[in-house]
Amino acid sequence: MTCPDYKDLMMGYLDDELDDAQKQSFEDHLASCQDCSGELEGFRELKQITDQVALVEPEDKIWQDYWSGIYNRVERRIGWILFSAAAILLLIYGGFRLIEALIKDPTVDIILKAGLLAIIAGLAVLFVSVLRERIHFWKRDRYKDVRR
Amino acid sequence: MHSVCDQQTLAIQRCQRGRPEAFEWIVNRYMKQAYSIALGLVGNRDDALELSQEAFYRALRNIDKLKSHSKFFPWFYQILKNLCFTHLRKRVSRSTGNLEETGYLPAEATGTAWFDPEAVAEANETKSKVWEAIGRLKEKHREVIILRHFQNMSYDEIAENLFCSKGTVMSRLYHARKKLKVMLDDQKGGRHI
Ligand SMILES: [Zn+2]
Repeated sequence: MTCPDYKDLMMGYLDDELDDAQKQSFEDHLASCQDCSGELEGFRELKQITDQVALVEPEDKIWQDYWSGIYNRVERRIGWILFSAAAILLLIYGGFRLIEALIKDPTVDIILKAGLLAIIAGLAVLFVSVLRERIHFWKRDRYKDVRR
Repeated sequence: MHSVCDQQTLAIQRCQRGRPEAFEWIVNRYMKQAYSIALGLVGNRDDALELSQEAFYRALRNIDKLKSHSKFFPWFYQILKNLCFTHLRKRVSRSTGNLEETGYLPAEATGTAWFDPEAVAEANETKSKVWEAIGRLKEKHREVIILRHFQNMSYDEIAENLFCSKGTVMSRLYHARKKLKVMLDDQKGGRHI
């Protein structure tokens, strides 16, 4: 082994994470290598400094409110899903009634009626197509997790 | 009497059966660790709180993707760190000039504005400098320093959380500490410790 091979062991040595054989091998190298023993000294000083740095403990209050901060997000999501589903439903229903009224109205021009029906048919085709694509991706998505 | 491990498995199974309130047990067990890792990664207490809660929320939403044989925390840690790093990248994206060459961010790219010096306990000049230097490390280097020094994780635990080998952990730690040393030495006016 050469010096660069001992760099990683140096960390293990510093943090007391080596097994006996690795430790012995590293100490043997240290005894014969000025570079590595000098570098180790530098890392020891650095570790001493970094070990002094600790982060401020937050007040207990944040732990008391912590879970509710997460649960609120869950509730908000459920709220949004319900809201959007209801809004979409109402829009479809309202639109349907409006178109129904227009088509039944004898004073409305036949061209306008045909146009409206074509738009509805177009939307329906688009909707089914997007839905089919989504389901296809969703199925693939479920299997992609199987790998690991 | 259930062991902690069994209790956790039960809680996760309940969540997977659509009972989000069972997640509270998991959150109570890991919230302090999650918050303090986030604080180490983003350097700001408000952001750390927000990001760690968001990470738990996303974990809950994706709880079905957690395999029965995999451990919760390493899986959760990926979510947490991705959130934290994405958050930081948004802030730094404008000024990462020589990131690749030096392995750490130029001082002007970070600034103490978001690596908050008040996050350090009993701060003094030396501790603030170390904290600021940690804030300038590259992501993969910062995370090993945080896990080792602020979470006191063993090499095995770090390897488990990073899904890498113990050898990789040692090598990253070596480079991370080397960069730290260079930055701290530079601040001392070139004297190498
Ligand atoms: Zn050597």
